[in-house]
Amino acid sequence: MRTFWGSTLGKKTVMAVSGLIMIGYLVAHVMGNLKVFFGPGEFNAYGHWLRTMGEPVLHDEWGLWIARVVLLTAVIAHGICAYQLSRRDIRARPTAYVHKRRRASYATRTMRWGGVIVALFIVWHILDLTTLTVNPNAQPGHPYENVVATFSTWYGNVIYIVAMLAVGLHIRHGFWSAAQTLGAGNARRDRALKTVAGGLALVLTAGFISVPVAVMTGVVS
Amino acid sequence: MRLTLRVWRQKNAGAPGAMATYEVDGISPDMSFLEMLDTLNEELILRGEDPVAFDHDCREGICGACSLVINGDAHGPERTTSCQLHMRSFRDGDTIDIEPWRAAAFPVVKDLVVDRSAFDRIIQAGGYISAPTGSAPEAHATPVPKADADFAFEHAECIGCGACVAACPNGSAMLFTSAKVNHLNVLPQGAPERETRVLDMVRVMDEEGFGGCTLTGECATACPKGIPLPSIAAMNKEWLRATRKARR
Repeated sequence: MRTFWGSTLGKKTVMAVSGLIMIGYLVAHVMGNLKVFFGPGEFNAYGHWLRTMGEPVLHDEWGLWIARVVLLTAVIAHGICAYQLSRRDIRARPTAYVHKRRRASYATRTMRWGGVIVALFIVWHILDLTTLTVNPNAQPGHPYENVVATFSTWYGNVIYIVAMLAVGLHIRHGFWSAAQTLGAGNARRDRALKTVAGGLALVLTAGFISVPVAVMTGVVS
Repeated sequence: MRLTLRVWRQKNAGAPGAMATYEVDGISPDMSFLEMLDTLNEELILRGEDPVAFDHDCREGICGACSLVINGDAHGPERTTSCQLHMRSFRDGDTIDIEPWRAAAFPVVKDLVVDRSAFDRIIQAGGYISAPTGSAPEAHATPVPKADADFAFEHAECIGCGACVAACPNGSAMLFTSAKVNHLNVLPQGAPERETRVLDMVRVMDEEGFGGCTLTGECATACPKGIPLPSIAAMNKEWLRATRKARR
């Protein structure tokens, strides 16, 4: 355990596994979001099901809370490792080159700040649509109406779309990197892994952004 | 060719350094980059100035001693070592920036010379096999599948120059360490230390103050020997396997 957590490779492994858990969650999340296109009845019923899922094996809302605990653990573990590794990386290269040139891809270079942007977004997103603290409609039990209210404000759209673009870039480099860290990458599989990473990033970002776009264009109201 | 050189000058490890500008003339496009620096140094010596210190040894691209960051690229614009880079890769009148490898684990000794003994300590931690030495063993005694032999040889090409560390924005030594680990771990001769090798080399790599890998791919782009980026994934696999085995 000490060798594992004390090593850069161990921390990278924690980041890879927690990252993949979060990607798995996002896939489920975007599928739920797209139910908004089938109207308030289906979307709100889905929202209600999230609270009762796992019943009757689980008690009311237990399924939801298990998911929340797993996700929170993943987010915290991911963040702590990212912070510690970043500090170490910056210390390992104390002097910059005088002759500067652009390095690596945009997605790769924006991993750190993109991650911070996404973390801040999650806080706003929970305050907006889970606790309804900052939601303009704030009607408990009516997620459809609350979503429409958020995306009827300019700032709601801006925050959400910027964050989703950051998520997409993060996943593009993150998914492929996680595969390398877990030792699943090799020369033959490289192209396939990059395609899956790009595809996941594109589908998730497009799926999430389609909701505010639909509200803005009046497709969903 | 007439060139303007901007070279990192630093008296010793403790002294502050700065870029100094020099003009050199009469450079042939067929000269190697190091011969061009020799020309500069001859002039500096004649003028009674301190010549520019830089590492070099074989000058045929196999020893890994030369270590120049040329215009921001480790070993310059071509995929080769600084000694095998020729002035035909530059144009008459160019300004060329020459800097040492930059990494916390590679402190500058003087001018363009850095201390790369951190690599030696990673090798000491496990970059060897415990077979007794002697006359060459009978080749058929230990069969090695062709694919494994190719894999081992691809990684054995690493000359330990440190360009991967110099190019990495995190000063990470993952490509070097993975080349050494993969080279021996895939072969039957390396099997007895398969787990301890990867665990110990990664531990020392971390202890030496190299950064972590963020898979930017800069290392593999800079590597004069073409050690591929998936080499790192292969080492990660070995490391995860070894941590599982060690716990048992």
